Amino acid sequence: MIDFFFGLPVPVQALLKGIAVIGVIFPIAAACSMAERKVCAWIQSRSGPNRALPPIFAWIPGAGILQRLGVWQLMADGGKFVFKEEPLPDHVNKLYYTLAPVVAMVPAFTTVTVVPFGAYLGPGGRVIPLALANVDIGILAVFAVASLGVYSLILAGWASNSKYPFLGGVRASAQLISYELSMVLAVLPVFLWVNEPGTAGTLSLARVVEFQSRPGFWGGAWFLLTMPVSALVFAVALFAETNRQPFDMPESEADLVGGFHTEYGAFKWSLFFVAEYANMIVGSAVFALLFLGGWNLFPGISLARLLGGLHHLTGWALWLHPLVAGLASIAILLGKVLATIFVFMWIRWTVPRFRYDQVMRLGWQKLLPLSIANLIAYTIGIALLQR
Amino acid sequence: MDLITVNIDGRDVAVPKGTNMIEAARLLGIDVPHYCYHPKLTVAGNCRMCLVEMGTLAADPATKAPVMDPATGKQRVNWVPRPAIACATSAQPGLHIRTTTPMVRDCREGVMEFLLINHPLDCPICDQAGECKLQEQSTGYGRGYSRYVEHKNVKPKRTQLGPRVTLDDERCILCSRCVRFCKEIVKDDVLGFADRGSYSTLTCYPGRRLENDYSLNTVDICPVGALTSTDFRFKMRVWFLKQTNGIDTGSSVGANTVVWSREGAVYRVTPRRNDAVNDTWMADSGRILYKEVRAHGRLGTIRVNGAESALEFAVRAAAGILAKGGAAVVGSGRSSVEEQFLSRKLCDALGARASLVSRVGKGDGLLVSADRNPNVRGALVTGLVAALPSATLESLGAQIDSGQVTAVVSIGEDLAAAGLSAAQLARVSIVYLGTHANATSAAARVVIPTLTLFEKSGTLVNQQFRIQKFAKAVPGVAGATDDLLALARLTAAVGGPVLAEDVGPLWTQIAAEVPALGAVSFARIPDTGLLLDGTPWAGLPFAEGPTLHFVPAAPAPKEARP
Amino acid sequence: MAVIQVQRRALTLVERTYFPQLMGAMFTTLKHLLGPADTMEYPEQRPAIPAGYRGVPTLVKDPNGREKCVSCQLCEFVCPPKAIRITPGSVPEGAGIDQVEKAPQAFDIDMLRCIYCGLCEEVCPEEAIFLQNQYSMSGYSRSEMVNHKDRLYELGGTFPDRHFKWDVKKAAEARGGGHD
Repeated sequence: MIDFFFGLPVPVQALLKGIAVIGVIFPIAAACSMAERKVCAWIQSRSGPNRALPPIFAWIPGAGILQRLGVWQLMADGGKFVFKEEPLPDHVNKLYYTLAPVVAMVPAFTTVTVVPFGAYLGPGGRVIPLALANVDIGILAVFAVASLGVYSLILAGWASNSKYPFLGGVRASAQLISYELSMVLAVLPVFLWVNEPGTAGTLSLARVVEFQSRPGFWGGAWFLLTMPVSALVFAVALFAETNRQPFDMPESEADLVGGFHTEYGAFKWSLFFVAEYANMIVGSAVFALLFLGGWNLFPGISLARLLGGLHHLTGWALWLHPLVAGLASIAILLGKVLATIFVFMWIRWTVPRFRYDQVMRLGWQKLLPLSIANLIAYTIGIALLQR
Repeated sequence: MDLITVNIDGRDVAVPKGTNMIEAARLLGIDVPHYCYHPKLTVAGNCRMCLVEMGTLAADPATKAPVMDPATGKQRVNWVPRPAIACATSAQPGLHIRTTTPMVRDCREGVMEFLLINHPLDCPICDQAGECKLQEQSTGYGRGYSRYVEHKNVKPKRTQLGPRVTLDDERCILCSRCVRFCKEIVKDDVLGFADRGSYSTLTCYPGRRLENDYSLNTVDICPVGALTSTDFRFKMRVWFLKQTNGIDTGSSVGANTVVWSREGAVYRVTPRRNDAVNDTWMADSGRILYKEVRAHGRLGTIRVNGAESALEFAVRAAAGILAKGGAAVVGSGRSSVEEQFLSRKLCDALGARASLVSRVGKGDGLLVSADRNPNVRGALVTGLVAALPSATLESLGAQIDSGQVTAVVSIGEDLAAAGLSAAQLARVSIVYLGTHANATSAAARVVIPTLTLFEKSGTLVNQQFRIQKFAKAVPGVAGATDDLLALARLTAAVGGPVLAEDVGPLWTQIAAEVPALGAVSFARIPDTGLLLDGTPWAGLPFAEGPTLHFVPAAPAPKEARP
Repeated sequence: MAVIQVQRRALTLVERTYFPQLMGAMFTTLKHLLGPADTMEYPEQRPAIPAGYRGVPTLVKDPNGREKCVSCQLCEFVCPPKAIRITPGSVPEGAGIDQVEKAPQAFDIDMLRCIYCGLCEEVCPEEAIFLQNQYSMSGYSRSEMVNHKDRLYELGGTFPDRHFKWDVKKAAEARGGGHD
């Protein structure tokens, strides 16, 4: 089947990949929005949405449980977004107003393609990463494309021709620039370490996971353990980059009504949120790949060794089948991504929003010096270690 | 006047000799609670509520020399050790009264307790609640609970004393105001007390009923809820009612009234004290006049030739009818002075003659005079007519028959009732401004519904040539037009002057054009009325005989008291 | 007015990193996340109504089934939003309660105006109007939200009576007077 796929013309391949991205990320993003509502409700000691149940599905066993989890509510909401009236205010710049949600979607979905989401064991036990586009520049591509996301916010804020959206857009641009710097500087030590002398230089995320899959403590330890400061700075910057509370300055309801999306409604509005959740997913995946060992279940034990060990214990050849390894890796990485997203939500409903000056001070006066010091320290450390 | 000085609660007040102490205290703003005393009735002194401490200036019995008090340097006061009733104590030089001492308070509390022993305390169902003297004094002098453990008296309830008065004997405190009123004012002595002690019961003389035309005054003066109006019974609590000053339009006496209304509905009419006109009384016949406001047959649609129309078109149609000439105006002795003034302006504009319809009945010598039109003198004063009206419109009928008159404006008068035949009505085009449907409105080409006297403000001139104000109590019914508006528009439409459509501005025009009212302005007419100079009309043979506070100037036709 | 200046304690280095507080807060929210919901699933679950609750005002009858209201209109008078409208009337002849004399012909409470203040209950001299346990009123039109007399008695039911004052009065009338 894989051969058949690779036999197809390249544009068709690209089209299929694109459809796959939309088909996977859209539902996950939507599910995340429902998960957010449920987590919010539970944290606030409420039940959350648990009422919707179309009568035609009521007979399905387990429909009640889905009802309690708000799954039907999610579908109702989705249906509503699709079918409700699309408002187009008179005072907006029609072209850019319509364009902004699309611009929001593009970087969100594009970054997905370069993030490896699993791996399978190739011939000779070699780990081959699963990615739509396993490009060598990996992390650079993610950063480069993801930073385009801010354009949609600025565009939305400006095209709305209204005060609050405009303020939201301005805040978004300043905030994203501030934190992008720290984010990149925080990641650099990881690649300094990964690109050992004598190996081919790469920025590939798969290579980072591979590095964390090596035997031995120093070899296989997750970077979260060996580079906690980097992980921390990256995580904080990730919150800011994805506009999540406590950094959701651009849409801060208390002072900006709805921020950049004040003038938006219906499907266009929902696109912003799909984009936000897609960004979260990608960000979480990158975090998991860089700092949480990617598709390795435990630190110090690579997935290949884990499967080999299981084969050794049970004697089933099944464990060594490439498909099993692939599915296991996807499941493990997805688990880590979802756990990270849960932490995102958990923090959102725990921590109050910062003031804007606090956001700026944290970004420029705390995180940036910290990441620079971190970089210098690790540069020296790595230089000594790998001499 | 012979003024003497008395001292009440340490304050001197000069009053005419013989004034009783309740009235003297009232001059100082001191309230002496009382039940049986009524300023317009004889003093009975049986309720004992007005007990006060009394004292006289001390004098040496032998030399009659004043005894001075060395402490104050003033003449000493000898206080009488037991209390006296203020209502039966008349002012004499040097009289001293104390109304706030502990003893007076004790007296009042004791009297209240006795009065309440057998009182049923059914205020929730009692119509007097809210204007009940027992309730009022209970707040000041009541105990709050009863020490009386025996059963309360049971007396007749829901007794119909007459066609208009219901009696609840249990509530009666035996003050005898009603008995004295019937005896002294109406001279129809039908009420009295039967039995003795706690069995005492107010009742009618056997075989008689309280059915004179002043029976409802007993309800007004009853300090408790014993006598209640059958008409007003259980209709509305008095605290909801808005009070508006009115004038009784039942006859030319012009008794002052209070109109009690709530949310556009009149509930009752009671007399308002005016010592120069009606004291505190009014006739029962005047109290039911409010029913005309919501009566069946009230006009509510402007009609032109039978079709529904609007004021503008109706006025235009009326002007078209009247412009052909041969117009006559039938004014009304029931209209206000303002309307009569506008009617005169309409006559002037049309060059027409105004007729009035007189309503002469039998006066009762008290508060119903022979002339049942309340405002014939207003028509004289404003110049609408120069002579007294006749009972029928014979001369107008003759003019119609001869073809001299082809159009008639009737301002609230039913021409058929005034003696015109159906054939005569059919010969003329009629413009009718009135409140209720009748033969004239049915025959009229143009009908403009107008307001009753409860729905508008204005003035009336009574038999004494006293101009008295009445105020709008309730808003006009839907579809009715203010008389002043309709008349002013009509006058302007037939080529007359532009006149004010509201009472206030209209009065500047009235004062400018009517000599007798030159010095009068509507706002400055006091609530008790303003006496006009009636001498220009002194020679006219007015129908009224003597009534309360009124003696006819000219020898009136013979009239006997009933 | 004295102003008390409170000196804020300087934060320690650990506190300034923000992390202990963040962790503490996240622990608190986690406890709530795992704990039971404090809310109630309303139409299926109903809250227990405490004594003295001020719900929908109703008219009550005494244990003998007599309507207690005598239409004194004090509630209409005291009602701050003017939600109550009473048309007074007489007790119909031969109902066996002639001694009461007065009863409402019509008694309307506009629940769109009612503010559930309970003043009507407090002012009632006959203990005829009570704010009872019903708290949910709904309707499709304004007129549906006006409770008429029948509805008010239906909602109110029968209440115990400590006085039976009108029955005492009736007995006295039957006995023929207080001089026994």
